[in-house]
Amino acid sequence: MSLLAQSRAVFLKDLLLAARGGSRLSGVLFFATMTLLLFSFATEPDPESMRRHAAGYLWLALLLSSLLSLGESFRAEVEDEALEGLRLLPVDPRALFYGKALSNTLFLVGLSLVLLPLSLGLFGAEVKSSPGLLLAFLLLGTAGLAAPGSLYAAMTSRARGQDLLLPLLLFPLVVPVLIASVKGTGLCFSADPMDQRGALLQVLTVFDLIYWSVCGLLFGKVIEE
Amino acid sequence: MKRAFDKEHIIGVIGLLMLAYGCWKALFVVPAMNHFGEVGRIFFMHVPTAWNALLILTGSFILAIGALFNRKPSWDAALTGSVEVGVLYTALLVVQGSIWARPTFGIWWTWDPRLITAAILLIAFAGVLSARSFANNQGQRLRWTAVATIVAYIDVPIVYFIVKWLPRGIHQPHSFPSTVSTDYHLALRFNAIAMLLLGIWMTFRRARWILQQNAATAMSAAPGAALDAEGRTMVAGVEE
Repeated sequence: MSLLAQSRAVFLKDLLLAARGGSRLSGVLFFATMTLLLFSFATEPDPESMRRHAAGYLWLALLLSSLLSLGESFRAEVEDEALEGLRLLPVDPRALFYGKALSNTLFLVGLSLVLLPLSLGLFGAEVKSSPGLLLAFLLLGTAGLAAPGSLYAAMTSRARGQDLLLPLLLFPLVVPVLIASVKGTGLCFSADPMDQRGALLQVLTVFDLIYWSVCGLLFGKVIEE
Repeated sequence: MKRAFDKEHIIGVIGLLMLAYGCWKALFVVPAMNHFGEVGRIFFMHVPTAWNALLILTGSFILAIGALFNRKPSWDAALTGSVEVGVLYTALLVVQGSIWARPTFGIWWTWDPRLITAAILLIAFAGVLSARSFANNQGQRLRWTAVATIVAYIDVPIVYFIVKWLPRGIHQPHSFPSTVSTDYHLALRFNAIAMLLLGIWMTFRRARWILQQNAATAMSAAPGAALDAEGRTMVAGVEE
């Protein structure tokens, strides 16, 4: 089987798992919604400032929820030594990574599509760019969270103190993704006088290309016993 | 038992002497920089610290790639030692920057690309060392340290590039020997080489300490077992 077919098999396995166990989906969704609500309580109820920071709140809610969903996606593998089973199959470790990272990206994109109308409603923002552009930021941004996130979630899945270790390793790493996504999404919620959106998309694309390839190469070393 | 003299101490002593000479030059011989005044002399430590922090972490990156391939505990020890020195130098860099900025600009911190990059660098590599302490065994420790070092190192230029999008800060442009007055060259170069030598010395010391700790752990796990040159226990000629 080619790398592509193997990745696809891992990806479909994860989708099936997610579809059969709906609790993970709904749990993360409630957490993300609560985070969005908390942001509006933590700042002064000034409609103008909330509208301006809507993109930042949306991405912080996504970042915090990604910790839960990433950790959860590998918890299923650690239980009953499922990851050992996968490693014993004649499968390229890169395929395990790409399947996992893809399913995590899909999950986060789905989550962002639920959170988007919520944050638009809660913070009074509106989409002023083409929907395609906004979707591109959501897709590339969540892909940037999912690639290093899947690598580190796999690494920490069997460690003591995973809950501490995953954000400690992941957060400094995804600063470029966060900056570019917040700024880009913010520019989709307002006018883009300096015409920066294209360049920010490029930054996200470069980050994604680098981390999807590097993490794919390193994944085999991480899941070795 | 007579204690052996570790050869890296020679590097350390040369480094300390060069640092003493460089600082004496910087503090008492060269004139104060006209627009920064006396406090500007911290520049003679700050710039070499910045160069060496990046240089040492680049060394860590190379050691990490090597360690992933050869899996030798000695490479793991050297890698960890160099990351520790890199974290120390980056922490010094941030502190020196604050000490300089307070009297010069009236602030401790600003959201300048280089300041943010240094802070992210510090947290990312401190995270690498922290991850190490959570690993379950020696092999896992090596792989985690190496993988996290590679991933964190690649992030640094991207962070620097992207934060340049933020409004411009007050940090002055990069300093190189060609951008500063010739009076300052000697002190700056002495301190730069001195800090590199001290960094290498500390890396060696930490690496040696880590290897000894590995050996002690192995010995207590299997008393009387023979250890190979890398400190691994040998069971009937098979490396464990």
